[in-house]
Amino acid sequence: VAAGIVSYGAYVPPTRLPLGALGGRAAKEGGPEKAVAWNDEDALTMAVAAAQNALRGLDRAQVDAVLFASTTHPFREKQGAALIARALDLRRDVRSADHGGSLRAGASALGAALDAVAAGSARRVLVVASDCRMGAPGSGLESNVGDGAAAFLVGDADPIAAMEASYAFAEEIVDVWRGEGERFVHAWEDRFVVQEGYVPSVAQAVHGLCERAGAAPGDFARACLSAPDARSHAEAARAAGLDRARLQDPLFGRLGNTGAAFALMQLAHALESARPGEKLLVVASGDGGEAFALHVTAQIEKLEPRRGVSWHLARRRPVKSYDRYLKARGLEPREWEPGSNPGLSATVHFRERDEDVSFCGQRCRRCGAVQFPAQRVCETCFARDDFERHRLSDRVGRVVTYTLDFFFPTPDPPTVVTVTEVDGARIHLQLVNTAPDQVRLDMPVEFVFRRIHEVGGRPNYYWKAAPREEGP
Amino acid sequence: VREGIRDKVAIVGVGCCKFGENWDQSPSDMIVDAAYGAYADAGIDDPQRRIDAVFTGSLYSQKGPHECSDALKLWKPVTMVSNYCATGTDAFRCAVFSVAAGMYDTVLVVGYDKPKDRGVSGPSVMLDGVRDLPKTPAGWFSLAAARYFAEFGAGREDLAKIAIKNHHNGTLAPNSFLKREITLDEYLNARMISWPFGLYDCAAQTDGAAAAVITRAELARGFRDDPVLVKAVTVWAGPNPQKDPSNDFLSWKPTAWAAEDAYRQAGITRPLEEIDVAQVHDCFSLTELLTYEDLGFCAKGAAKEHVAAGTFELGGELPVNTDGGLKSFGHPTGATGVRMIYENVLQLQGRAEKRQVPGAALALSHNIGGHPTACGIAILGK
Repeated sequence: VAAGIVSYGAYVPPTRLPLGALGGRAAKEGGPEKAVAWNDEDALTMAVAAAQNALRGLDRAQVDAVLFASTTHPFREKQGAALIARALDLRRDVRSADHGGSLRAGASALGAALDAVAAGSARRVLVVASDCRMGAPGSGLESNVGDGAAAFLVGDADPIAAMEASYAFAEEIVDVWRGEGERFVHAWEDRFVVQEGYVPSVAQAVHGLCERAGAAPGDFARACLSAPDARSHAEAARAAGLDRARLQDPLFGRLGNTGAAFALMQLAHALESARPGEKLLVVASGDGGEAFALHVTAQIEKLEPRRGVSWHLARRRPVKSYDRYLKARGLEPREWEPGSNPGLSATVHFRERDEDVSFCGQRCRRCGAVQFPAQRVCETCFARDDFERHRLSDRVGRVVTYTLDFFFPTPDPPTVVTVTEVDGARIHLQLVNTAPDQVRLDMPVEFVFRRIHEVGGRPNYYWKAAPREEGP
Repeated sequence: VREGIRDKVAIVGVGCCKFGENWDQSPSDMIVDAAYGAYADAGIDDPQRRIDAVFTGSLYSQKGPHECSDALKLWKPVTMVSNYCATGTDAFRCAVFSVAAGMYDTVLVVGYDKPKDRGVSGPSVMLDGVRDLPKTPAGWFSLAAARYFAEFGAGREDLAKIAIKNHHNGTLAPNSFLKREITLDEYLNARMISWPFGLYDCAAQTDGAAAAVITRAELARGFRDDPVLVKAVTVWAGPNPQKDPSNDFLSWKPTAWAAEDAYRQAGITRPLEEIDVAQVHDCFSLTELLTYEDLGFCAKGAAKEHVAAGTFELGGELPVNTDGGLKSFGHPTGATGVRMIYENVLQLQGRAEKRQVPGAALALSHNIGGHPTACGIAILGK
């Protein structure tokens, strides 16, 4: 079976931290910056957003498996892919697995998906890579890492980019690492990391792939290389024999190194403008390396426009100060440590997962009224237990009314709180991605999966409204 | 035709402790102050013999009905009622019905709450679920503002007049928490809580307890010469306004429904003309403004003209919140409905001193609870 990429999507948080603001300095608009997940975002929420974009317009019931790759999945024990599957309202018999532990995790997940489809054990596999790594305040890593996610639907029919070859190798090296219980990424001396870790791994991956594919580095129209920073990126390209002009822009100064998602985000970016017949190279480095050769098909011209990397780069909300960033990432000194209470009832969470995670309400079979959350008795016609499931996450709603809550604990009050109407159901929802003075009665909104709070010392997730955006 | 409650039950004694941040008082201390105040008012010196049953209301009680009976050592039938901020009126309603049903002759009603033992200056942000967040009362009640302002052209200046009025009235009530006039400048410059509610739009959360002794109307004069009669009492439930698909955010449905019922019971057809004094639920300034309209004191959208004309000020056509309301007297959730009844009884008996409404003969009290999802109304007269 020929396996390939059928669809793609990406997510970049709208918030941008000017690199000039690091350490609390005043930053000018227009300088280099990086994308940062805000306080209600993490690797999981970004993964859901990227996957929503990849699946836009496609039948979600076709997805046989979902693979989630990240080094910053919020749970040590508890799967991310299963939560993502539920948030996307995928089939209940979907196969799910997490890939982690390495900056190569995104490429490993993509490889596993391509292999599974090629082997015939699945027909459609959703791969989502997302990362939200933190460099310690003041460290070099802090200015290079950024946050983002990419998602691909891998399938056995009508690929926009068919897999030609893959190559992987493993290496033991302590160059970049993060231990149990640590928040910040460590790196050994930078010249060692680049000269013994990163550059040789890219060179070997490209060399091994070309050998296996019977290709030369010059055959690739676009090369997507993960990289710790811009200088190393250029150095690795030289070492691998890749033409500088054909390098996919790694977006340092705009996005930053998005870890396990980095090479895949570049691939999503490349697919936005790829033309039939072109060959694409994807290389991810980390504890060895992994590389793919893909062949762009005529099918790419039939895929409807996606919310990819470019779409997200165009929407920016610069952070006003470094302090706000520290607060949003939980890095500021606090009077109270986050509570160690058991948190929300896990039983209630389980009972409400269709509503809180899948954002599904119900439609009354008698009167047609949509309501959220699920009721036993219809609030409109009072019929009992005669409903069908109704997913709201991919619908468009409108703001019925709103307030600006200065009381709710958040790094940048006020929190915009709305009553939003969607398909006739009224829901009390926070509104994000907007300035308080931009909120209007009746404005159209879409829905985003976010962290709602950290009660119990663990992230709790729910949906929020966001202004309906232009574009695909 | 259903038999109404009118003139069947009388209030013969009322009591109210000092509302405020009662750091040195336990719930028991406040319950005793309020209940013994009501006993004295009713001329009862042997409550163990004269009180047949107790109805108590509290939202935050940690101990349930025992907290009240233990404080008073009243080992009698005791019922605890909880209905958010309408708790006090609901406890009163249940007590009135028990007397009207002939179960008891004389019943004690106690509303109380002790929120200031929780270590927060306002209501806490309750993070006990993942939906309906943020969960602050200011966040719930301010949701009506954007729509109402857009529809009727009202604004914060209109709300300011209500806050200023209630701060003024609070200075005249001996047991009120806040005794401070505020200016328009102070109002406008106060910190924002939940737009458009600034600090002075929000009720003062306090500790407190209030009590009333009620009895069958025919027994009332055995307690005092000027008993006050219950003309109507009702509590209605309504849909969650945040979910209700037909909510226009211009009024609160439970109030309109409860008012219709209460006016029918009391035989009131022209509320503004017939009612002499009212205590209404001003958890937020806008709630009081909407309540003028929902209670039929004026037409929908006309409240701001009446506010400007001073209709609801002391000396106006229908003084509202003569003791400062939740805003200044304080809002210990379970106590509030009973505190309103306390004030209305004083008004009807001509005992309200500097805030007395001359010749008051018919008084209304109004409590809403939840998001709001409930409303209680009691109408008292001579």
